[in-house]
Amino acid sequence: MEFFKYNKTYNFMGKSKIAMILSIVLVLASWAILATKGLNYGIDFAGGTIVQVKYDKKAPIDAMRERLKADKLFENASITEFGSPDEVVIRMKTSSANVTKDIGDVVREALKGTGNFEIRRVDIVGPKVGNELKEKGLMSLFLAIAGILIYVAFRFEWRFAVASIVALVHDVSISMGAVALFSVDVNLDVLAAILTLLGYSLNDTIIVFDRIREGVTKSKGADLAAIINESITRTLARTTLTSLTTFFVVFTLFMFGGEIIHAFAFTLLVGIIVGTYSSIFVASPILLLFGFDVKKYHAKLAEKAKREAEKERMRAQFESGVM
Amino acid sequence: MKLNYRIVIFALAIVFGIVFSVPSLLQTENGKKITLGLDLQGGLHMLLGVKTEEAIKSRIKSIAASVKHFADREDILIENLTFDDESVSFEVLDSDDMPSVEEFAKKIEGATISKNGNVVTISFTPEEKKKIEQHAIEQAIETIRNRLDQFGLSEPIVAKQGKEKILVELAGIKTPQEEQRARELISRAAKLELMAVDEDRNARVYNMSDADAAEYGDIILPDAKNSQIKYLVKEIPILDGSMLTNANVGFDQNNRPVINFKLNAEGADIFGDFTGKNVGKRLAIVLDGKVFSAPNINERIGGGAGQISGNYTVLEAKDLAIALRSGALLAPIYMMEKRSVGPSLGADSIKASLVALIGGFVLVIIFMVVYYRMAGVIANIALIANLFILLAVMSLFGATLTLPGMAGIVLTVGMAVDANVIINERIRELLREGKSAKKAIEEGYSNAMSAILDANITTLIAAVVLYVYGTGAIKGFAITMSIGILASMLTAILGTHGIYQMLEDRIAKSRNYRYWFGIKG
Repeated sequence: MEFFKYNKTYNFMGKSKIAMILSIVLVLASWAILATKGLNYGIDFAGGTIVQVKYDKKAPIDAMRERLKADKLFENASITEFGSPDEVVIRMKTSSANVTKDIGDVVREALKGTGNFEIRRVDIVGPKVGNELKEKGLMSLFLAIAGILIYVAFRFEWRFAVASIVALVHDVSISMGAVALFSVDVNLDVLAAILTLLGYSLNDTIIVFDRIREGVTKSKGADLAAIINESITRTLARTTLTSLTTFFVVFTLFMFGGEIIHAFAFTLLVGIIVGTYSSIFVASPILLLFGFDVKKYHAKLAEKAKREAEKERMRAQFESGVM
Repeated sequence: MKLNYRIVIFALAIVFGIVFSVPSLLQTENGKKITLGLDLQGGLHMLLGVKTEEAIKSRIKSIAASVKHFADREDILIENLTFDDESVSFEVLDSDDMPSVEEFAKKIEGATISKNGNVVTISFTPEEKKKIEQHAIEQAIETIRNRLDQFGLSEPIVAKQGKEKILVELAGIKTPQEEQRARELISRAAKLELMAVDEDRNARVYNMSDADAAEYGDIILPDAKNSQIKYLVKEIPILDGSMLTNANVGFDQNNRPVINFKLNAEGADIFGDFTGKNVGKRLAIVLDGKVFSAPNINERIGGGAGQISGNYTVLEAKDLAIALRSGALLAPIYMMEKRSVGPSLGADSIKASLVALIGGFVLVIIFMVVYYRMAGVIANIALIANLFILLAVMSLFGATLTLPGMAGIVLTVGMAVDANVIINERIRELLREGKSAKKAIEEGYSNAMSAILDANITTLIAAVVLYVYGTGAIKGFAITMSIGILASMLTAILGTHGIYQMLEDRIAKSRNYRYWFGIKG
C-alpha cells in the first residue's frame, strides 16, 4: 500500500501563506484562552485534596452534597461524577496537614449511611509541595527545550534550531490552549504529556530537516523552496505513518485507558495532530523566512572542503618532508 | 539463508528478553520481577514534614529547667526566669553570683550568652539550631522506620527526601482502617513521662489557671479518658521515656489490655528513690501530655517495672507498645503530601491500561502488515522483541511500573515502529530508483541512520529531563520511555537489518517488491 504518489512533488511552500495565517490565528487564540480563561491547575500544582469514592450502584450525588455541605470544611468543594455514574470525585482547594486524621477520614465518616461505598483514592497536596512541583515543572520544561535546542543547533545550523523552537512554541501553545479550553485538570501527567510532545514534535521536525539538509547538500540549484517541497514530499509517507501509529495507540489510551489517564491522553492526542502539522507547515517555511541561503551554504561547504583538502595537503607535505 | 552477526545479536537479545521477562509475566516464585507502583497495586505514599521549631523549643525548655535546678542547688537567687521559642532569660539578683552563672551557662552545648546588666539571656547559635533541626529530622526518620518495621507490612519505605522531607511509602495497605492505623502509629509522639502529683495543691486544681500553676513549678494536665478531670503535677518529670528499655502488651486482673514497661538501671534507681520517698502520694503516668493513670504509691518500687492502663483495644495497645519501644518523636510531624490508592482502583487501572496497550498494539501490527507486507511483518517482529526486552530490563533492575509507566509502554509501541517506517520508506525510494534489492537495503539503512539517531536522541533528552525532575509515578513514565527508545535502537535498527541480510538473496531472486515491501512492482 502507498498513501502518496511517489513521482509527484507536492507544493507545500506554495500553501505556506495560508498555513502561516492559520497557525498565527490558532496560536493567538490559544494565548487569548490561556490569558482569559487560564489553565485549570489540579492539585499537583495548586495544592488541595481529591477524594475518589465508588459506590456499588449509582452514586447518590445529591445526598452526598447535602451531607458534605453540612461540614464547613467542604464549603467550596466540587462534587462530580468521575468516569462512570458509580464513581464520584470530591475536589477541594484546601489540604489538611494532620497525619492522624485527614480529609479522607472525614469524608468516610460524613458519608456513612449513604450506601455501600469505598474510598478508592485520597490525594492531598500541601501548598509547599504544590509550589515546589510547579517550580520543578517549569524548570523541567525549560531544561528540556534548552537541551533539545543545543542538540539541534549542534547537529544542524542555528536557523534550523530557531525554526524548531518556533514550531515547538507553536505546538505547546496550541496544546495548552486546548487543555485550557476544555478545562482539563493540569497535573503532573499533563506536564509529562507536554514534555513528551516536545520530543515527539521535534522528532518529526528533525526528520524533515534531515532531508532538507541532505537535499541542500546534494542539489545543484539554489531554490530552497523547491528543495523543501521535495524533502517534505519524500518524508511525507513516514510523517503520516508514524503519526498514525502513534495516534492509534494514544487514541486507544484515550478511549480505554481509564479516567485517570484521560488528561494525559487528551494532551498527547492534540499534540500529535498539531506536531505533525507544524513539522510540515510551520518549521520549514520559517527556514525560508529566515532566508536560509542555499548558495551561501554551498559556498560554506565548499570552503570547508577546501580547507580540509588544504590541511590534508599540508600534512602530507609535512610528513613527506620529515621523512 | 545465511547467518550474520546482526541476526545472532538480535536472537540473543530476544532470548534475553523472554527469559528475564518470564518471572514478571507469569509471576513465578523465583527471579527478579517488576514491582508495581503504589498507583497500580494500591498503597499509601506520604511526604511528611517535621516541625523542627518544636524541637528547638523543647531544648529551650529543658535549658530553663536546668537553670532553675542549678540555681536551687547553688542557692543563687534569680528572678523573672522566662523563656520563649528562641531563648531563656533571667535576672541574677546578686552580681557576685554572676561568674558562677556564666560558668554554668558556658557549659551548655551550642549556647550563646548575652548580658544586659544583671539580665542573662541564653540562646542557641545558628549552627546549633541547624544541628537540632537536622537531628530532629534524622531521629524522626529512624523512629518512624522502627515503628513501621514492627507494624507488619512488607517492605515499608522510609527515606529522607530533599533536605527536610520524609518519604513514607507503604505498599499493600488493604483497607482505610489499616491505613489510618499506620498513620496514627507514625504520627504518635509517644512521649512518656512519669510525674509527681503536687498533692499539696492538687485539691485546688479546678480553680487554677496555667499561670497560677507555673508559679509553683507545676502544670495542669488532663486525664486521658475524661478531659474534664485535671491533675496538678510537677513540671519537671521524675523520668521520661528515654530510660525505657522495653514495652509489651499484657493484661490486668480484669483481662483488659495494659502496657508493661521496663526501665534501664538508671531509671530504675531514680524510680526506686522517688517511690521510696513519696509513699502515700500519687505518681502520674503521662503519655503525650495526658494522664493515663495516677496510682497511689504504696511502697518503694524497685526493679524499674511499670504499667500503663488505659481504655484501649488490644490492637491500640499493641501499636502504643510499638511506639513506646521505638522511642518518642523529638518534634511533631505533619503531612505535606499524601497519595493513597485503594487496591481495587489499582486493579482497574491495570485492566484499563492493558486494554489500551493490547488495542493499540493490535492496531499498529495490522496497519504495518497492510501497508508494508513482509517488511511490516519484520518490523512487527522487532516491535514484539522490543516489548520483551523492555520488560526484561525493567525486571532485572527491579524497576517500578506505574500507571504513567504503562502509558509510556503504550507510547513506545506507537513510536518504536518509527525507525522501521523511516528505513522502509528509504528502501522503497531506492527500489523505485531502480537499485538492486541488496543495494537498496544497505543504502536504505545507512541513509536512514542520521534521522533515526537525531529523532531518538531528542526524545531521550526529554525523557531524561522528566526522570530527573519528575516525581513519583511520572518517573516511571520516563523510565519506560527511555528503555523503550534504547531497546528500539537495538531491535528496529540492528535486528531488522539482520533479518534483511539473512533474506536478501531470496528477495533479490523473487524481485516481488510488492510482496516484500508493499510497493507496486
